[in-house]
Amino acid sequence: MTRKQRRLTLIGSAGAVLALALGLILFALNDQIVFFQSPSDIASQQIPDGQRIRLGGLVEDGSVERSDDAHVKFRVTDTAHSVAVTYQGILPDLFREGQGVVTEGVLTPDGIFVADSVLAKHDENYMPKEVAEALKGQGHWQGGEGAAN
Amino acid sequence: MLVELGHYALVLAFALTLVVSVVPLWGALNGDGRLMAVATPVSVTVFFLVLVSFAVLTGAYVASDFSVVNVYENSHSAKPLLFKITGVWGNHEGSMLLWVLILVFFGALVGVFGGNLPDDLRATTLAVQGWISAGFLLFMLATSNPFNRYENPPIEGNDLNPILQDIGLAIHPPLLYVGYVGFSITFSFAVAALILGRTDAAWARWVRPWTLLAWSFLTLGIAMGSYWAYYELGWGGWWFWDPVENASFMPWLAGTALLHSAIVMEKREALKVWTVLLAIFTFSLSLLGAFLVRSGVLTSVHAFATDPSRGVFILGLLCLFIGGSLSLFAWRAPMLKQGGLFAPISREGGLVLNNLFLTAATAAVLVGTLYPLVLDAITGEMISVGEPFFYLTFGPLMVPLLMAVPFGPILAWKRGDLLAASQRLYAAFGLALLMTLFTFWLWGMERVLAPLGVGLAVWVMAGAISEIVTRVKFFEIGPKRGFARLYGLPGSAWGTATAHFGIGVTVLGIVTSSAFQEEQVRTMRPGDTVNVSGYELTFDGSVPRRGPNFVEEVGHFTVREGGAFVAEMEPSKRVYTARQMPTTEAAIHTIGFSQVYVSLGERRNDGAVDVRAYYKPLITLIWIGCVIMALGAAFSMADRRLRVGAPKPAAKRKQSASVPAE
Repeated sequence: MTRKQRRLTLIGSAGAVLALALGLILFALNDQIVFFQSPSDIASQQIPDGQRIRLGGLVEDGSVERSDDAHVKFRVTDTAHSVAVTYQGILPDLFREGQGVVTEGVLTPDGIFVADSVLAKHDENYMPKEVAEALKGQGHWQGGEGAAN
Repeated sequence: MLVELGHYALVLAFALTLVVSVVPLWGALNGDGRLMAVATPVSVTVFFLVLVSFAVLTGAYVASDFSVVNVYENSHSAKPLLFKITGVWGNHEGSMLLWVLILVFFGALVGVFGGNLPDDLRATTLAVQGWISAGFLLFMLATSNPFNRYENPPIEGNDLNPILQDIGLAIHPPLLYVGYVGFSITFSFAVAALILGRTDAAWARWVRPWTLLAWSFLTLGIAMGSYWAYYELGWGGWWFWDPVENASFMPWLAGTALLHSAIVMEKREALKVWTVLLAIFTFSLSLLGAFLVRSGVLTSVHAFATDPSRGVFILGLLCLFIGGSLSLFAWRAPMLKQGGLFAPISREGGLVLNNLFLTAATAAVLVGTLYPLVLDAITGEMISVGEPFFYLTFGPLMVPLLMAVPFGPILAWKRGDLLAASQRLYAAFGLALLMTLFTFWLWGMERVLAPLGVGLAVWVMAGAISEIVTRVKFFEIGPKRGFARLYGLPGSAWGTATAHFGIGVTVLGIVTSSAFQEEQVRTMRPGDTVNVSGYELTFDGSVPRRGPNFVEEVGHFTVREGGAFVAEMEPSKRVYTARQMPTTEAAIHTIGFSQVYVSLGERRNDGAVDVRAYYKPLITLIWIGCVIMALGAAFSMADRRLRVGAPKPAAKRKQSASVPAE
């Protein structure tokens, strides 16, 4: 093999691996990312069946209902609209009524959100960024600088 | 008073890093030995000053001196002593101090042990290390001073986040930081090589052991952090592809690539320019990690409470160091001489392949980590990139890499013979095939990928053993002389085989624990039994208990297998009194390499409790594999050939002898 051929082999294989990586990344970015939606977004637009979304907002006061086998129902609200959520599993330690929460799952045709993960972060003062933005959108978020209303 | 001394030491250390940033470099560029000689004593002094500062802060924590803002915010007088000490780095300011302490410690190490380095290389490296130290010391003093005081000290502290009150905090950050920050040395070496315009034998010999050191600590740090999250957070997961985890994983991937390219550079003088670039990338990714964690752009389990001025400052440092080093690279790299030719099928070729896949994987993780941030900044659209993205990008890139791992060390340098190498791997391949079929037989066709994953892991492990067997010619010369030859093998050969075996072990743990785990979520009342993978867990009831700074409700479980007693498990729900913060303490029982994992959810009024129980087959192999990898790095570092320094060129020695002694 000449020096030139060796170099070409090297550049060729590097190009192939990079192309593979790029292809995978683009494919995954197209397919595997999950958009954040607030209850108002869900009320105002049609979300295709079976598409995974992240739903965030506050856990509506008095909405949490538990039943056997660790099933739980609650409503997530941004104060303008709210969405019913069902989940089976252990809720995070900081899950409470009136607190910010982010859930991930699928919206069923009858408007119930089936979550397979529920996140409430590890700090009592913590408001998920997405939730804060969504509430700001509704003019109800008074945290931070308290500037929203 | 003592606290002011700690603050003063930090300021003095900053001033001295400015000296070491300029003077030795000036000396190196002008061939002035006296100016170059400044580097070592000043670097060592800086280390001691930061050490004093760190000791003072630790003292303030132990004494619960709540006049110090940092202590007030993160400590409590009722906290156990261990957590008072570890609480020093359980917050942004304190952990930054630990970060800087390790940074200047590495500088001092190079100064003290760099006796056999050419003078100008040592001086320049220490100067570059000085720039980084100066940048971060200034950052601390300007935005994150741990020594700020209250005029009217509060009586009681705010306590440390309960999640952090764990032995994990004692181990995880120090290991991780030694790893992260350890890469600063290879970065400084790389930048010094660019400044001096040469990469000589001494340079090549020095890069690899330092990379190995940093890499092994980073491996242990990440593994420890993963195990900590696994038992502490109570979700039963050990890796979440959380941006902050990725921030530590990217330097690890790049560092792994660096480790391998440094071998080529050391043995064959090839890939010099690439190695320099990788060294820059690796530390840049460490800096990026520091930025992501401390700037507030992320909301994450691990991120520190934030202040925008810090983010801007670190971003500035990041641009300065990464931009500066890459510009220097663009300007100076063409001056570095390229060496050693090699055929595509050769040990060098294998290592290049390793580098290709590892850098591509790093890029995939980088995109997945930064894309949501960039999209949010540009369009305001909020998305999350979670596990599926990484499974789809990172996974497929790792598979060919792992398949190639056993071939690498068996191929010859310069020009290898793939057929001969394959023949040596027949046994490993046979074993892997057998294990794949066995797993299929055991679990059926419902999970097609998992048996293949098991086969891949066995292939890597068996390949590592084949390498040793091939090396000692076990079958050609008989076991007796073969064993004798085992002792004679160089440390680096043991290191390679051990680390490769370790990655196989980790992969096996990942595949089995994720594919074959069983999870049960139930609402249980006292007397109820739940069955996971043949283990019967009976809930006997729960009792309240009181700890030093928390109260807890402990659930009592009896584990039986086929009626026979196996273990008792006690998961609990705690509430830490100072912050009124609830946490979940999972209970874990290890059986062989597998674990039964139980965590509790909310307790109902009627005494029923939500219970999540898992059986995780072979899960401990994930972390055991990491320890084996780190052990491999240690073997490699112990290699005699690394300790014997490259001889100085005769001309150089004469030159340095002619410099008058000070």
